[in-house]
Amino acid sequence: MEMINLTIDNKPIVVKKGTTILDAASSIGIDIPTLCHMKLHDMNIENKPGGCRVCVVEVKGRRNLAPACCTEATEGMEINSHSLRAVNARRTVVELILSDHPADCLVCAKSGNCDLQDLAQHLGIREIHYQGSQSHYREDTSPAIIREMDKCILCRRCEMMCNEVQTVGVLSTINRGFHSVVSPAFEMNLDHSTCTYCGQCVAVCPTGALTEVDHTGAVIRALSDPTKTVVVQTAPAVRAALGEEFGMEPGTLVTGKMAAALRRLGFDYVFDTDFAADLTIMEEGTELLGRLNKYLAGDKQVKLPILTSCCPAWVKFFEHQFPELKDIPSTARSPQQMFGAIAKTYFADKMNIKRDDLVVVSIMPCVAKKYESGRDEFAVNGNPDVDYALTTRELAHLINLGNIDFKSLPNEEFDNPLGESTGAGVIFGTTGGVIEAAVRTAYEVQTGKALKRLDFEELRGMEGLRKATIDFDGTLIHIGIAHGLGNARKLLEEIKAGHSEFHAIEIMSCPGGCIGGGGQPYHHGDVEILKKRQRAIYAEDKNKVLRKSHENPYILKLYEEFLGEPLSEKAHHLLHTQYFDRS
Amino acid sequence: MPKIKLAEKTVELIREICAQFNNQETELINVLHQVQHKLGYLPAEVQEVIAKELNASVAKVYGVVTFYSFFTMLPQGQHPISICMGTACYVRGAEKVLTEFKRQLGIEVGQTSADGKFSLSCLRCVGACGLAPVVLVGEKVYGRVSPQQVSKIIAEYQDGCASAQSA
Repeated sequence: MEMINLTIDNKPIVVKKGTTILDAASSIGIDIPTLCHMKLHDMNIENKPGGCRVCVVEVKGRRNLAPACCTEATEGMEINSHSLRAVNARRTVVELILSDHPADCLVCAKSGNCDLQDLAQHLGIREIHYQGSQSHYREDTSPAIIREMDKCILCRRCEMMCNEVQTVGVLSTINRGFHSVVSPAFEMNLDHSTCTYCGQCVAVCPTGALTEVDHTGAVIRALSDPTKTVVVQTAPAVRAALGEEFGMEPGTLVTGKMAAALRRLGFDYVFDTDFAADLTIMEEGTELLGRLNKYLAGDKQVKLPILTSCCPAWVKFFEHQFPELKDIPSTARSPQQMFGAIAKTYFADKMNIKRDDLVVVSIMPCVAKKYESGRDEFAVNGNPDVDYALTTRELAHLINLGNIDFKSLPNEEFDNPLGESTGAGVIFGTTGGVIEAAVRTAYEVQTGKALKRLDFEELRGMEGLRKATIDFDGTLIHIGIAHGLGNARKLLEEIKAGHSEFHAIEIMSCPGGCIGGGGQPYHHGDVEILKKRQRAIYAEDKNKVLRKSHENPYILKLYEEFLGEPLSEKAHHLLHTQYFDRS
Repeated sequence: MPKIKLAEKTVELIREICAQFNNQETELINVLHQVQHKLGYLPAEVQEVIAKELNASVAKVYGVVTFYSFFTMLPQGQHPISICMGTACYVRGAEKVLTEFKRQLGIEVGQTSADGKFSLSCLRCVGACGLAPVVLVGEKVYGRVSPQQVSKIIAEYQDGCASAQSA
């Protein structure tokens, strides 16, 4: 490996050939400001169009300033990261960006979390010396994401996520010069496009140009309506990230505080999506074993591999891009929708509440869940199974509005019967978790033997594509795992070509799974945050007394009192779905 | 969005052009050139076929089409009129010529007349600066054009006077 010697701000440093000035500087504690640049280490995700020029530095002997994010260090380079010329250029660049940016920070949804705002403060900008035209575009509202392109600074992070990471290909920069803007083809609205609403564009947008549709107002109105019973469910990944919104260390589990906060906000019943995750395993696991056993018995008609179907962005992705494979994913609805269906039937009946008077709110790490809850097939006579899906960030806003000091809350429990869950339900929040939960149940049901170990390390990790083989007492089950839709596409191409080696595949749209969802607290490019959330999820699993979905006593009771058995007619009606060709 | 179905032979033509370039995404600009040459313009439905053939996203194809002023999504008139706005033509009065064309045809740059006969566009230098200001109608070049000549040029292409039809 060739090594390069250089100095940055008079500090000598040796780096590998190919290292950028930005990375070299950061390795010795010199924090050159950036704006368009974003790098998710370990995930091979990097955006460095060199477009914003905020990271320019002075290189001795070079005529012009060099953008640190996309200039490689070379032998003998002498760099000054904060020369007067570099600092002046940086300030000018930011002032020019601000001159074409709406000055509505006080009421912007991204205020306090905006990279542009932070940068302007960091550089101490107190006046904008330039006046010129301001770009103006029509606002585009979809079921999940709002595009407000007046606030776009053309960093192209969203374009990188949408095209290279997710391979969805909805967003592209169009037009030229001052009229350039990031847009779907033909400037159509997002909801006419093939957008999956994965929300990764929202997760990386440095400004308020891309945000989620805000449902907090509607939830507050429901909570203050005395004729309504309002129940809430919380997705597994939320408890591993919500604390960050209140200044807590990433990876702090706040399950108990979250339940307490929801109760103080006035929800009549505080339930858990983890319960529905256990239910999902009962249905999806049974479906998996059904198909597998037919296949092992020599039935060539049966379709394998079976694909998980919990992720709404992934469902929309294959409906648009691989409609010919729509018979392959499990027909099981996602935990959010299973919860809604059970709440508005089983629970409503039990409590003697009319369907129209029961409001189901979900707290999700996801923006696509907003779209999913609005799909026609998940409503009865126009009344949706899930009325409102809020993101983790929206819940934090609600908690603030409720004047709740989150950090000082006691730990409280979820309510029953829809609040009890096992460790298997919790790990749904991370890549590899759904399939591990399925394996724990499928193994015991299939072999009739108790598992000796519950931690399937071979299914865990952060690599985008993983595979493992699990020994089902002599029968080897091949499992594939993908997170990020670009990785999912690779597995789908294999299936389409007829040479997939897998029996079962788990797919999650977001890098890291739901812990890295588009509705989570912003990670600002720090992938360590995702790893800490992942560790928190596995810690919660380990702390549970019950760690296998089929041992959840309330799930067993639900089948006994209401559903009969997995894949029963009632279960099919309430817990399964169908997919549509949207190509 | 309402879907307009392209004629099968148009789709076939686009496929052939893409195949000439080995369906390579990197050849997108050349493909767009060829297709526009054959069809006169690049409507949304055509871009969708090109995207599919080259395995590129429609958004990307649209991005390229909107980046280059040469590409157009609007049908061109039977006789596309282009006025050179390069430096030489501009200083010799191209703008006055353009204004006169706009006035007589009642259309703006980028538009097509209601009868579909004429469309108006600007271009940058055709390499005939000695003839400035230059106007192209189809592929026929008119040099040293003055605003007074505009009505005569238009008349050449009106019904019954199509003797000077461009190739």
